[in-house]
Amino acid sequence: MAPESENSQGDEMESTAQKGSLSDIAAARVQKQPGNNALGVGLEARGVHAWFGEKHALSNVSLDFWPGTVTALIGPSGCGKSTFIRTLNRMHEFIPGAAMAGEVLLNGEDIYAPGVDVTKIRLKVGMVFQKPNPFPSMTIAENVLAGLKLAQLKVENKDDLLEECLERAGLWSEVKDRLGTHGGALSGGQQQRLCIARALAVRPQVLLMDEPCSALDPGSTLRIEETISQLSSSVTIVIVTHNMQQAARVSDYTAFFLSDGGPGQMVEVGSTNDIFSRPKDERTENYVTGRFG
Amino acid sequence: MHFLTSSNWDAVTNDAGQIDVKASHFGIAAMLIGTMIVAVIAVVVGVPISVGAAIYLTFYAPNAIKKIMVSAIDLMAAFPSVLFGLWGFFVLEASGEYWAKLLNKYFSWIPFFKLPAPYVSRSPFIAGLVLAVMIIPIVTSISREIFSQTPLDRIQAAYALGGTRFAMLRAVAFPYARSGIVGGIMLGLGRAMGETVAVYTVLNIVYQVNWHILFSAGGNVASMILLKFGEASPYEIKALMAAGLVLFILTLIVNSLANLIVSRTGKSGR
Amino acid sequence: MSTMTKPTVPAPRKPWAASPKDRGETAGILAAAILISWGLVAATPLKGKLAYAAVFFVAYLVIDFAVSFRKAGRPAAVDSLFRSLVTTAIAIAVTPIISILVTVWIRGHKGFHWTLFTKDMHSNAFTDPISQGGLLHAIIGTFLLVIFAMIISVPIGILTAIYLTEIRGRFTRPIEFLVQAMSGVPSIVAGLFIYAAILLPFTKTVNGIQGSLALAILMIPTVARTSQEVLKLIPGDLREAGVALGGTQWRSVALVVVPAARSGLITAMILGVARVAGETAPILLLTGGSGTKNFNVFSGSLGSLPNYVWQAFSAGTPEAIARAWAGILVLLVIVVILFTAARVLGNRKVGKK
Repeated sequence: MAPESENSQGDEMESTAQKGSLSDIAAARVQKQPGNNALGVGLEARGVHAWFGEKHALSNVSLDFWPGTVTALIGPSGCGKSTFIRTLNRMHEFIPGAAMAGEVLLNGEDIYAPGVDVTKIRLKVGMVFQKPNPFPSMTIAENVLAGLKLAQLKVENKDDLLEECLERAGLWSEVKDRLGTHGGALSGGQQQRLCIARALAVRPQVLLMDEPCSALDPGSTLRIEETISQLSSSVTIVIVTHNMQQAARVSDYTAFFLSDGGPGQMVEVGSTNDIFSRPKDERTENYVTGRFG
Repeated sequence: MHFLTSSNWDAVTNDAGQIDVKASHFGIAAMLIGTMIVAVIAVVVGVPISVGAAIYLTFYAPNAIKKIMVSAIDLMAAFPSVLFGLWGFFVLEASGEYWAKLLNKYFSWIPFFKLPAPYVSRSPFIAGLVLAVMIIPIVTSISREIFSQTPLDRIQAAYALGGTRFAMLRAVAFPYARSGIVGGIMLGLGRAMGETVAVYTVLNIVYQVNWHILFSAGGNVASMILLKFGEASPYEIKALMAAGLVLFILTLIVNSLANLIVSRTGKSGR
Repeated sequence: MSTMTKPTVPAPRKPWAASPKDRGETAGILAAAILISWGLVAATPLKGKLAYAAVFFVAYLVIDFAVSFRKAGRPAAVDSLFRSLVTTAIAIAVTPIISILVTVWIRGHKGFHWTLFTKDMHSNAFTDPISQGGLLHAIIGTFLLVIFAMIISVPIGILTAIYLTEIRGRFTRPIEFLVQAMSGVPSIVAGLFIYAAILLPFTKTVNGIQGSLALAILMIPTVARTSQEVLKLIPGDLREAGVALGGTQWRSVALVVVPAARSGLITAMILGVARVAGETAPILLLTGGSGTKNFNVFSGSLGSLPNYVWQAFSAGTPEAIARAWAGILVLLVIVVILFTAARVLGNRKVGKK
């Protein structure tokens, strides 16, 4: 059962001018089926709108994120992708003048319902940012466990958790001897993996990644993409990326966002394979073939 | 100025005879201690209020009220010190005495709060309170500036991990701002040490060391200079100027240290 | 089922904002705390306003903590507690301002009359009834003192700022240190300095210009620092444009950067003036306080507003005290006007021409 796509005009574009490479990359991935592990029933956005003051930035996005999958959000700059994922963990509301409409269901319950404890939501829906932001006043170990301290969570075995998270983030072997050094001493790629480990320590069901590799060099980027692939069996991942090759390499499903000067909208969503080789919407096709963006 | 060497730093001495150079000796020890006592009270009372207010203004205040409050506090920084003196004398005095009596009643097992005689008006305590009010604008303003420079990406990281606002402050804002706030506190201390007119108005200036801050006697170097200047003989004036020099050096040290600390904030972020 | 109709745009909401339910809850906690404070004060030997306030405060914190704890656990409860504490802090910080302004108005306008601005004190004592005498001499004196202080300090301050931000020559470090040192100088020390440097060796008596010099010492750091900040805000390309046109650095600064920063520099000046207009201590040492109008800044003592207030206060009688408050009222009004002017000017964008 593939997720529904919005605004489908029903055009079946038999695209002949495909960039062979993207669809090849996408086809080369092992296609994942929605997982069946204990990840909850997933995250669903229903008719989400977002405003910054008067400006209508995002319009009517409905998207399902299936447990255990990686979904990439692609599209040109400024079309609302980052705004959208910030509505998924209620970080959007920090911006002065922010407003929203619609629902975001986590395990079937709206995270914007009155009386919801927002800090608990953010424990279940974690985030990794574009620029790595480890806490400089803390050591590597303290950074990873920072989420526990912030939310005052009790854990029986901190060392095990520490090792597990760093292992899952692909950083353990590099830092296991210097867990007591400060977080700022690592390279950019290592810092970002540290941030991933930190996000994992509170055991989120979903991990949102907002262009996590755009500030990194290609080597670190590939390492993080490997990490994402390994993580997706235990965490649902949503990744915003400008890099279409990355989306093709890493994701199971891809959603294409576009803004025509007005609010950003989601134009099409489908399995990554489909989006890159047989996009249904002409705009999607134009984008993935590089005609704009 | 060779009179600097005649200041006795350990003995409490009195200003004495007029022209008899040999009989009179000048030492400012009592007033130096008085300066520190009053300034410390000011800092102990004023700093928590200032830092708390700065945190509120940076992280909690709704935009509508924020500007008004910030302007109000900055305006207070421009009030003339004689205004604080008058206000302290006429308005704060009454509440101050009330608090002093209360402190004496419940806490007189602490030596500071004992009263050798039941006079509580115009005490170092009240002078300290007035000075606390005077340093609030400075310390609040500096603290606010420092807090507002807390790096946004770390703040977001803390929230994204599920932290409450206080948890975020503890993990990100406080470590970042710590040294800068210390600098701000020292600047407030420097201001409190040098204040003249307000202290003169509010404090009953008696030339002796008075550790019982609730008791009505005390002074600081600046107000003592002001007091004695009117009728001082030329010889005495030189001593007063020496006192002024000492005060200047003291405040210079405090302020320089403070500026050094403030300018280093944020470079390491710890 | 995909809909082909254009969806209507729903209304924007802010689900995270305080709902009526939240507000009701807060009101409930407040009410409970008030009730408890009444109850405890009635039932125990505690009494007085302080008792009410203290019990209310503690009760509010405890109840708020408990409610948050039940709703959302310990981190939320601690968060609420902290929020209450900082809100208290700002309330305490703002109270003296209001108290001062209200006090000055209430006590000051009793002694106020418009002839304050037309008469001076040469034929009255401070203890005379309020309607006699005025503070014209004081206003003139303050005005003169400040003008001359400005004449001295504004050029020095602005030039210093220019040197420190634009030129950055070899003396930058020592000058920066000097400015910092000056900014912490207690006002009486500035007065003593001028006393030692000018009055003792040269003039041997009080006059106005000495006071201005002392005020200038106090003004220069304020002007220099504020100007520095203003100049730092000027975008770099403006400067480069000036130099690229072939000017020397000083020229490009004078002709390009300074005009662009004009309103900010005026702000710096006004702030400096606001700061020293109310200084008392140096004036007491250097300028004396005569009751007659004196337009000659170089000889004879000058009255001034702070000095007027000081003398009135020292006289001690109710009439004199009323005069003091009236004088403070006038002084405060002047300071507020200056401050507002500085703010308004400062908020105008430091723009490119």
